[in-house]
Amino acid sequence: MIDWGAIFSNAAVELISPTTAAYALAALGLAVHFGYTGLLNFGQAGFMALGAYGYAISTLTFGFPVWASVLVGIGASVVFALILGIPTLRLRADYLAIVTIAAAEIVRLLFTTNTFQPVTGSANGLSGYKGGFADLNPIPPGTYGFGPFEYNAYDWWLRIVAWTVVILACLFTWQIMRSPWGRVIKGIREDEDAVRALGKNVYAYKMQSLILGGVFGTIAGMIFVLPRAVVPSNYQTSLTFFVYAILLLGGAATILGPVIGSMIFWVLLSFFSGFIARAVEAGWLPFMTSIQAGQLRFILVGVAIMLIVIYRPQGIFGNKKELAFVK
Amino acid sequence: MSNTHAVRNFTPRRVVLLLGLLLTALTFSTLGAGAAHADEINTDQYDYVLSGNVQFDGEPIEDVLISVEGSGYEAEVVTDADGKWRIGVPEKETYSVALDEDTLPKGVVVAKGGAEIDAEFGLTKVKSVNFFLGEGERSTVSFFDQFVNRFVNGLNFGLLLALAAIGMSLIFGTTGLSNFAHAEMITFGALATLTLSVTMGLPIWVAIIIAILLSGVFGFGLDAAVWKPLRKKGVGLIPLMIVSIGLSLALRYVFQLFYGGGTSQLPGSGMADLKFGPIALSPIDMWSMGISVLVLLAVAFFLLRTRIGKATRAVSDNPSLASASGIDVDGVIRIVWIVGGALAGLSGILWAYFRPGVSWDMGFQILLLVFAATTLGGLGTAFGALVGSIIVGLFVELSTLWLPSDLKYVGALVVLILVLLLRPQGILGRKERIG
Repeated sequence: MIDWGAIFSNAAVELISPTTAAYALAALGLAVHFGYTGLLNFGQAGFMALGAYGYAISTLTFGFPVWASVLVGIGASVVFALILGIPTLRLRADYLAIVTIAAAEIVRLLFTTNTFQPVTGSANGLSGYKGGFADLNPIPPGTYGFGPFEYNAYDWWLRIVAWTVVILACLFTWQIMRSPWGRVIKGIREDEDAVRALGKNVYAYKMQSLILGGVFGTIAGMIFVLPRAVVPSNYQTSLTFFVYAILLLGGAATILGPVIGSMIFWVLLSFFSGFIARAVEAGWLPFMTSIQAGQLRFILVGVAIMLIVIYRPQGIFGNKKELAFVK
Repeated sequence: MSNTHAVRNFTPRRVVLLLGLLLTALTFSTLGAGAAHADEINTDQYDYVLSGNVQFDGEPIEDVLISVEGSGYEAEVVTDADGKWRIGVPEKETYSVALDEDTLPKGVVVAKGGAEIDAEFGLTKVKSVNFFLGEGERSTVSFFDQFVNRFVNGLNFGLLLALAAIGMSLIFGTTGLSNFAHAEMITFGALATLTLSVTMGLPIWVAIIIAILLSGVFGFGLDAAVWKPLRKKGVGLIPLMIVSIGLSLALRYVFQLFYGGGTSQLPGSGMADLKFGPIALSPIDMWSMGISVLVLLAVAFFLLRTRIGKATRAVSDNPSLASASGIDVDGVIRIVWIVGGALAGLSGILWAYFRPGVSWDMGFQILLLVFAATTLGGLGTAFGALVGSIIVGLFVELSTLWLPSDLKYVGALVVLILVLLLRPQGILGRKERIG
């Protein structure tokens, strides 16, 4: 018989998990790029990888404290955004998409290659960089919480920090998009030439937007690796596609869309894979093995991306007037 | 693919040791080697362990690089002072274990069995893999010969990329769609061939022909089921591109659902290389290049000389004008999808022989290179895609002369970014296309 309690509690755990927070923040970065500015950045995985590796390498190889490691990661992503933006921001959207994917793949391949194995750990990745972050934990050791949300001090500390960062980033994005800067950014999305005609330096604004969203992605990359290890294969192009799925689900030009989108995405995904896995165990799906059941979720994500874009391009929270999809 | 095509000679009959430029290539390839000084890796993490003992004349050899690859897993380890090594592996699968001969002391080579061994687990969780070392010198191929060999390989790779890239470029030209699901059209050709030849036992050439036809049908089906309705609905180009990403993801995992995550071989792959001076090519490679060139010529003829081909180029240039001149735009797009599907399928079959192996994500592995090729040549220009593909193919293969082979795609992608910096519209593109 199927253990519904376990399925539901596993799904509920995803609601506040650090992974959900990390994807929400990465999607918020994409919302700045794609939703507000209209930049089709398909290299968010590259920014996340820079955050993860920037933090882990500065902690492990150089022994930096937490704040310095975070700054190194952010610095790396600003540099990456500049390198990426200078040749590409003048290009048309589909060129930009291809170039950003290529750049993210270059980053991933450089982290995967054996050439830099002593620093990057090559295909095995890195671990053992969490000490500094755990030492900052003010929560006394012990287990807290109720029901499925029962964690030890480190896990709570991680969740509190992760979601605080997400909330701060949301507030910041909300304010900045209401400011004159934000209006210019949205103007660029609607009609770049009109904004240029008003005497604004479109190129500089796009670059600032690329850096801001990239920094969000980088911090998301750091949050993403705090509950796990840094593994280069996590930063494949599919990661960017997943973040896009979350963004489109919530609504591209919204603040809460990415956050709620990420929660819905992970809760549903966990529920779905938990259900399928147990249904296979219970013999409800005799034609399927448990490995195959694990792949169904990716098919589901793919189909979901298609359906959302076709039938509800503004997402759950979006406003149909504010669509990044200008023809 | 390693940098040094080592030919082992036990009687130093033809010991050619050309230094100079070759040394640079060697240094690069060994850069990653001396790094990890641990004789055990991942043995705590995984249940299954490959282990071995590297000895020569009863003396252990230290610091020999052993690498394991297989089932999507890779690891490497350096032998300790006793010549021992252990590598943990995640599954009870077949792994290929390679000994890097560059890390052996001078005068010692792998005597028999080769420097790469396929290790299969028996009943136990530990499998010992040993290499038989002997005395001898390795005669290495000169830089020029390596260059020529890589060049020919690159040309072969570029030609098979071109098949896929031209299809993608035609589709982009006529519909404006940057089709990420092209990767799955590539994979489809190879998977269809695998099913027809290995599972159903058809002769390989029949299987290939049917697979190409099926790929054409697949292209037609995708257009009829997904893209045509969306065009009719008036969905914008960027949403269409995102739909193609979703479609690509879904199809890829559907393939994995049915074919599993492993790699299978098509009949005839792994044929012995024939030597033409410095160039080593298998009969399959020659067939592959011959077929690519013939098909590309046929496509060129189709585009330049036939009515439908001319109509295709007209639609590419200006769909409304083409439509107003009485060209059946929908019909042209349908034909482009069929041709694009068939070309992608053929390219997948050739890619399966080039890699070698058929796997569920093989198309996705070269998708970016295909995109790089079309973008380099100029989006939407069929002949630009051909030029771009050859450049990308040559770059990928030639860069292994200097870069470690796991970075060989980086070169091609960097070239893509640099070309766009200098000539954003691509090599054969027109300036107005960048908008």
